[in-house]
Amino acid sequence: MNDIIQIRNVTKTYPGNVTAVDDLSLSVREGEFVTLLGPSGCGKTTTLRMVAGFELPTSGQIFLAGEDVTDRPPYERQVNTVFQDYALFPHMNISENVGYGLRVAGMAKADIKPAVDAALATVGLMDKAAVRPGNLSGGQKQRVALARALVRKPKVLLLDEPLSALDAKLREAMQVELKHLHEQLGITFIFVTHDQKEALVMSDRVIVMEHGRIVQSGTPSDLYDHPVKPYVADFIGNSNKLYGKIVSADAGQVTLQVGANSVQSTPGQTRYAPGDEVLATVRPEKVRLLADGEDTGNFSVIPGTVREVLFHGSSCRLEVDIGEGQLFDVDVQLERALHTSGIHGSGASVNLAINPDMVSVFPIAEDNV
Amino acid sequence: MKESTRRNVTSFAIVSTPFLWTMIFLFVPYMVMFTYSFYLKKFPTFIPAFEFVNYLTIIVDPQYYQVLVRTAKIAITVAASAVMIAYPLSYFLVFKIKSNQLRSILYMAVIVPLWVSYLLRAYTWKTILGNEGILNSFLVWSGFLDQPTDIFLYNQFSMVVTLTYIFVPFMVMPIYMALEKIPRSMIEASKDLGVGPIRTFLRVTLPLSMPGVIAGATFTICLTFGDFVAAFLVGGPNGAMIATIIQSQFGATLNWPLGAALSIVMLVIVLTIISLSDRLERAGRIDLD
Amino acid sequence: MKQLSSRLNERIGDNLLTLVATAGMLFLYIPVLVLIVFSFNDNRSLTLPLRGFTLKWYEKFLSNSDMLTAIGNSLYVATVATAVTIVIGTVAAFALDRVTFPGKTVFRRLILLPIALPGIITGISMLNMFKLMGINLSLETVILGHATGLVSIVVTQVYARLQRFNRRIEEASSDLGARPWQTFFYVTLPNIRLALIGSALLSFTVSFDEIPVTFFLTGRDNTLPMYIYSTLRRGITPEINAVGTVIVVLSLGLIILSVYLLRQSEKE
Repeated sequence: MNDIIQIRNVTKTYPGNVTAVDDLSLSVREGEFVTLLGPSGCGKTTTLRMVAGFELPTSGQIFLAGEDVTDRPPYERQVNTVFQDYALFPHMNISENVGYGLRVAGMAKADIKPAVDAALATVGLMDKAAVRPGNLSGGQKQRVALARALVRKPKVLLLDEPLSALDAKLREAMQVELKHLHEQLGITFIFVTHDQKEALVMSDRVIVMEHGRIVQSGTPSDLYDHPVKPYVADFIGNSNKLYGKIVSADAGQVTLQVGANSVQSTPGQTRYAPGDEVLATVRPEKVRLLADGEDTGNFSVIPGTVREVLFHGSSCRLEVDIGEGQLFDVDVQLERALHTSGIHGSGASVNLAINPDMVSVFPIAEDNV
Repeated sequence: MKESTRRNVTSFAIVSTPFLWTMIFLFVPYMVMFTYSFYLKKFPTFIPAFEFVNYLTIIVDPQYYQVLVRTAKIAITVAASAVMIAYPLSYFLVFKIKSNQLRSILYMAVIVPLWVSYLLRAYTWKTILGNEGILNSFLVWSGFLDQPTDIFLYNQFSMVVTLTYIFVPFMVMPIYMALEKIPRSMIEASKDLGVGPIRTFLRVTLPLSMPGVIAGATFTICLTFGDFVAAFLVGGPNGAMIATIIQSQFGATLNWPLGAALSIVMLVIVLTIISLSDRLERAGRIDLD
Repeated sequence: MKQLSSRLNERIGDNLLTLVATAGMLFLYIPVLVLIVFSFNDNRSLTLPLRGFTLKWYEKFLSNSDMLTAIGNSLYVATVATAVTIVIGTVAAFALDRVTFPGKTVFRRLILLPIALPGIITGISMLNMFKLMGINLSLETVILGHATGLVSIVVTQVYARLQRFNRRIEEASSDLGARPWQTFFYVTLPNIRLALIGSALLSFTVSFDEIPVTFFLTGRDNTLPMYIYSTLRRGITPEINAVGTVIVVLSLGLIILSVYLLRQSEKE
């Protein structure tokens, strides 16, 4: 498939020497749903705004459908944006809002109406055509903003944290709706958010950013299971952190000493030598409680004492003391009611079994801690 | 055109038009006036020079000094009288009128005259206070006086009444806004603590509204300094203001260099008052957040 | 007992306050009333008691050709000065709101100066410049003087509106394919409309009634306030009350409308 967007070595520096985006390169395939994920100030919104044309890169180039649009104004780019605060025109009613992009393009009134009606039908707001934006709820404004952008038939739809102003329930519903809309229209979506759950649910590919750079780019499960940096492991989902030293490093497996315990891992590319200081991360739900006398296989086993049991409904979290006061979180799916599931109360001794494939190891030397 | 170039061109166009306007019609005129203030009078006009003689005249000739003092005295009296009227009025509007709608209607009624013809507002006092005016004829007609009196018009009293009348709306505006900003809870808290209404007013309301009083007084004093219209209408021989003197330098007396020097003096006085009050206001401001 | 007396004190205080405030309101409006009442009074001199209703002072000023010329001049000056002021003031407000440039602080202070400065300074300084440049005084020099003085009103109002303006809707417009002029006329202008109309009405009224700047910058042609000013040298007449009533009533109307619009604009 073709790259609909190519960002080549783009840097954006603001007066006062603030670098918002730092030598960033990125390609987006046609029809892809890509999410830029990161905390505020990581450069994700600035990147989006440069693609839209609101900001001009200090250096670097941006290509849209193979054409260099770096120095084109927004109104000459076939991309459209859904803004965080929706940015609906307060002095126009809903159908005027949606029809605006066609009107300024010089389309005949007779042709605008059916297009607007169709767009409003797509988002289910046919009955609001004559209403002013001030009289709509947040979710409805959101849909109008979508319809207004989509009516232009953009090559790429840019979405700048469009769900952040909605309440939790509505946000989840909109996530699903956006995903369906994407599948239905086949347009490329570039979505910006600081909400990792949102990113995981909707995206074909998630790009994690920090300090104006890309930290990792991959499918949601890639990022979740194989983070390349503790930053990613931390930002997406929860992780237990184990600081330790490499004891042995073979081709396929390294063993590290964490306190009194030893933990195995199957690391990726990085080569380690015995004595290296490392950080290992383990997801709480990837840890199993070992039954008495159960065979451990190639799993690492860490003994500990339950300190707290936190009931979450579908699962429960155990805070386990694994020695020297370090707490280790374990999530246990509850197939039965909590009191019949055999979960030990606080004070009980347990053995934790950890699959080496689920342990990520990072060298400490870098900016990892 | 490249987008970056287009943005720069737009910015340049947006800035340069008003910038040039300000330069040509504000900066240059002030500079010309400043230059003229060093010129010498030579009938019927003046000749270029660089002499301090005009400024020296202002300092040495007691006539100018006296007018300046009189203007300052009238300006301060006007500001004080305007505060005496505007403060209770604003306080009443903010705290005693419960209906929001009625309050904004009354507030508008108070400030709207501000923009209505300065000349006519001064003129009405001439018709009211004159020897054959409405006040005199009323007093004679109702038997309080045997014959009309001259005491009302063409003196500093009539100046103060007229200018106060003109500037009360200017005074109400900032005081009203300052009072409106005071949280009711703060005043109620004070009353709740057993502090009486008068002490609450003196310790809470008045200090918090001082910035408004200062702003209003500054405007009033500065604008009174520049008045020659009211002086012409109701001032009389000892109601002449500094602006009257300046005006005559460009008219009957025809001494432009001296007029320019006097204008510069007025400009300096006014700017000094503004920056002093700015500082006072900033020092006295209490953040309510 | 103590509480009772403090209640009583408060009651007395309230009544006193009401009294003073009422007196203040009367002080503001009695002169206006006097102006209006005597414009209809059938007596050449402005004295009490009233002598009966007449419209002859209105007829007189309507047949006074000098005064009608002056009204025409004032309308011309106020219209053109308002137009110039709105254009310059709006552009200046945009510059202050949206562009960073060297000397911006000085520029802001300078352009806002005429608000606080007495009009006589604006008038005299511009008179000096016109003299230096050899420009003869005329209604056009008056227009330039008024525009310079009034720009600060427009700048303050429009700048305040722009500060509350959501720039995202301009970006949205541009994003949807609108060229800059389309964005300005379809999106920006409709949203700052009230501030513009409000300050235009205000500028028009102030310019129509203006005297200190006009005094120094007018040539042979008189504006209405200048005409009234010069006739006042010869004494007061009910005719002036008649034309004054018309001015005051129209001014009040225009200003109430403008203040109303500017307040609505604050709520946008």
